[in-house]
Amino acid sequence: MTGRSAVVIGIGNPYRHDDGIGPAVADAIGRLQLPGVRVVLSDGEPASLLAAWAGAGLAIVADAARSEPPCPGRIHRLTGNELGGESTGASSHGFGVRYALRLGQALDRQPGQLVVIAVEGTDFTAGTGLSGPVTTARTAAVAAVRAELAGARPG
Amino acid sequence: MSHRSRKLTVSGLSRVEGDGALRITVHGGQVDRAELNIYEPPRFFEAFLRGRSYTEPPDITARICGICPVAYQTSACNAIEQACQAVLDQPLADLRRLLYCGEWISSHALHIYFLHAPDFLGYPDAIALAQEHRDIVARGLELKKAGTAILEVLGGRAVHPVNVRVGGFYRVPAPAELGPLAGQLRRALDLALGTVQWAASFDFPDLELRHDLLSAQDPGRYPLESGTLGTASGLSFPATGFPDHVTEQQVPHSTALHATLDGHRYLTGPLARYSLNSRHLSPAARQAAAAAGLGAECRNPFRSVLVRAVEVVYAVEEALRIIGGYQPPSRPAVEVIPRAATGHGVSEAPRGVLYHRYAIGADGLIRSATIIPPTSQNQAAIEDDLRRVAAAHLHLDDTGLTSLCERVIRNYDPCISCAAHFLTLTVHRA
Repeated sequence: MTGRSAVVIGIGNPYRHDDGIGPAVADAIGRLQLPGVRVVLSDGEPASLLAAWAGAGLAIVADAARSEPPCPGRIHRLTGNELGGESTGASSHGFGVRYALRLGQALDRQPGQLVVIAVEGTDFTAGTGLSGPVTTARTAAVAAVRAELAGARPG
Repeated sequence: MSHRSRKLTVSGLSRVEGDGALRITVHGGQVDRAELNIYEPPRFFEAFLRGRSYTEPPDITARICGICPVAYQTSACNAIEQACQAVLDQPLADLRRLLYCGEWISSHALHIYFLHAPDFLGYPDAIALAQEHRDIVARGLELKKAGTAILEVLGGRAVHPVNVRVGGFYRVPAPAELGPLAGQLRRALDLALGTVQWAASFDFPDLELRHDLLSAQDPGRYPLESGTLGTASGLSFPATGFPDHVTEQQVPHSTALHATLDGHRYLTGPLARYSLNSRHLSPAARQAAAAAGLGAECRNPFRSVLVRAVEVVYAVEEALRIIGGYQPPSRPAVEVIPRAATGHGVSEAPRGVLYHRYAIGADGLIRSATIIPPTSQNQAAIEDDLRRVAAAHLHLDDTGLTSLCERVIRNYDPCISCAAHFLTLTVHRA
């Protein structure tokens, strides 16, 4: 961390197996008690995301992801610019990071820099515990967040 | 346009809670059918509550909805406490009402500013609205935040609160914890009054509901966290009478059950609440309603945005009243001893009456559970509105008619994730 305030936001539902990877990564960062780093758990609701990252120089969102074809455990790194595109329109339950970022930009409440560290999951059914591939990826995801905090990656 | 067959399809309504579809069929200038297709798979909450302890429904059913978890927790507690003949100490009942105020403020502010207002102001969504009216959307966020703050202080967290238990709470706040909330709520009252004034300037299409109305009723005050039931047609019955009057049935086009009240269509939610209870609003809320042009009743669903804004004023004032008189309860919860019985509970979720019923064994295990959310109850009323609005606007092209039908849906703030889930629109003109 190089002089910027930072917040790590873990998004997800630990009662939906791999959807809990975001909170798991945030918990791990929180236990490190890094100076100048806040840790927030969120369900992804835009107003709470805006409140969480308002004023932060760097916001790192840890979340679960799905992709096609799937590769469970693969870690993706996206910046705010790469999220872009249209907001999710189906419902407020579908409001997510992308919507919150666009809303934040309109309201001038976006973080200085936004990075999303997403881990591809495979099991999003009801229940606790991460699947094998996601459990294995957790350490690398925590390391990726720490690297961002250390300023090792460009924005 | 209205003299030929038309078939319109919208396969994803925006700014509603959940996922579903709408199908309208027009034939020979007449609207043949208007169906709300809730296709989200059933979620089986009632089934997996069976065999669980009587203490678990507040935590389990809170998971049904991220927008109105307190309503689920409260109706569950009301039903189980009724079965077990437990009565809350008054300070605990007050705290439960305070928590409910937080949910109303948060949920209503979300709907007014992020889902409904863009319809009236000609914006595709709240982001576009914020780009041109930053102060307005910022006001909505501040208002929502005040509600969220109540949920965090009293519920332990804003989404799926963890501090609610059958009989009360796990922990009650010290007066000093509520002090900062009062300051935030006093500021929120100005924001809420400003919201009513702003919403009153919207242009509301004409539409008059003909359905019966169902609302909770709480003697001498506006219904929130408990009450008996009343209808516009003059019925009055306790929560235990709900299954005698409200019947659920399956329809082919929805995974959420439809409901009738003594065999007829009815509506629950802000319009019903307001129309049956407006005399119990606080003076400031009544005054704001009158200044906004609302009478003692409101049957235009497009004006529901205005009624919600008035209810936010009431909820903020009510929260301030409860905090102002707060004395910490002598215990965080009353003892609730299980007994073999069936309990019924209602509360006024932001979207309307939410009914829970639990049959409990002497061992404290749940034998059966029934949950009837407001969106399920409102499906038939919504479909009737759609039929009438579509029939009156067949001159519009498909894009215009589709857009108008989506607005009709959003008037009800349907929470399809509660009912099952939501929304895709198909209009067939044949």
